[in-house]
Amino acid sequence: MALIALDDIHFAYPGHDLVLDGASMQLQAGQRLSLIGPNGAGKSTLLRIILGLRKPGSGTVTIFGTERREEADFHEVRCRIGLVFQDPDDQLFCPTVAEDIAFGPLNLGRSRDEALAIVDHVLASLELTHLRDRITHKLSGGEKRLVSLASVLAMEPEVLLLDEPTNALDTRNEARLLEILQSLPQSILLISHNPAFRQALAPEAIVLQDGRLVSV
Amino acid sequence: MGHALTPAEKSFRRTEPSRRGGVIATLDPRLRIVAAAFLGVVTVFLSALPALIAALAVSVGMLLISRLPVRRTLKRMAMMDGFILFTLMLLPFTVPGDAIFTLWGFAASWQGLFQAVKIALTANAVILALMVLVGTMEPVTLGHALYAMRCPEVLVHLLMFTIRYIDVLREEYLRLRGAMRVRGFRPSTNLHTYRSLGYMVGMMLVRAVERSERILEAMKCRGFNGRILLLREYGVTRRDYLFAAGLAMLCLGLIAMELTWP
Repeated sequence: MALIALDDIHFAYPGHDLVLDGASMQLQAGQRLSLIGPNGAGKSTLLRIILGLRKPGSGTVTIFGTERREEADFHEVRCRIGLVFQDPDDQLFCPTVAEDIAFGPLNLGRSRDEALAIVDHVLASLELTHLRDRITHKLSGGEKRLVSLASVLAMEPEVLLLDEPTNALDTRNEARLLEILQSLPQSILLISHNPAFRQALAPEAIVLQDGRLVSV
Repeated sequence: MGHALTPAEKSFRRTEPSRRGGVIATLDPRLRIVAAAFLGVVTVFLSALPALIAALAVSVGMLLISRLPVRRTLKRMAMMDGFILFTLMLLPFTVPGDAIFTLWGFAASWQGLFQAVKIALTANAVILALMVLVGTMEPVTLGHALYAMRCPEVLVHLLMFTIRYIDVLREEYLRLRGAMRVRGFRPSTNLHTYRSLGYMVGMMLVRAVERSERILEAMKCRGFNGRILLLREYGVTRRDYLFAAGLAMLCLGLIAMELTWP
């Protein structure tokens, strides 16, 4: 059974041409897949459709074997699939790092103490413990990126969707991120314009071209 | 608050109590807010000149034990005076009473002058107490304390989001301004300048709206259901009780002064 299955998805932003015109794809358990395509091809839109943040005009979205249509269907999806946003400033909205990482687990119904234990565990596993009590908007770009990844990993997702994770990272932080991501057990759907990074993390690729997905 | 911090002072838990604010900064933030409000109410209630001078002295005393940079703090206090200066200058002329002198046919009264002095004393005593007690907190700490004091959650979150994103918006503004400058934009008094600045403000608004939508999406992706829990908890220590008792005594003293020495 595929974790994520999109079938014949059509999508257009109001007043614009179709971005997705019959796109279909599948992501299997343990699979690591790169999604490539030119700017504005609809790659980020595709990730948003998977998480129910955009509604496709037609086509079916099947996640974990269940077809998802309504907003309520997607709550479970969002708790089990983690999306790391292109801009970490969009994702880190809590005042402190610890609170931001605890936000997800608290929404999953964990208690305060459990959430704090998760925070410490995740930070320790990413070797970010020194950032625990820092204020999120005063972090550096690389730190923000790693903390936003930590805030998603704290929810123990089964699938990771990564939207340009190497954006604005220097080589050292990029290597660090790659090392962390390679050690994770999750299935990954990666959007990246960085060929070396794709090759290292998810060599298998599909191309988004003229609204359709073609495997390479 | 935030603008008084240098970039090096990033981790507020580590830096706040040790480096800034001396004795005051180690107190429970909730107590500091309540104390500032209480002192403010008492000061506003005072009307006798000696009591008001004593109230200002209390504020100055707190400034001294807080180990804030005295000169800079007083300068900021004087900035507030700029706002009320005009009103204060008009008061002698608008309050009827015994004339001191006459300017262009308008008489300045002693009664008006006294009122102006009282208002100036009250305002400065209150603002100084507020700056010393509340202004020394990181804005984030202020938010946490208000949350712990059962302030309406929506207001606290509004404050928290403002704190979080004001820098992001400022950076966006600086980026746009920089992009304009590198293409040779120099503001002057003409239509091109107004239009360009208008575009810039409009662009910032659009970007802010779009960002807020992305933030909401990011929150939904992590299972947001309308509640944000803040994690910090506070405990009241013996020092807090001592400070509260001391301040209560001072306030009683001020009230006694007001009643016995009008």
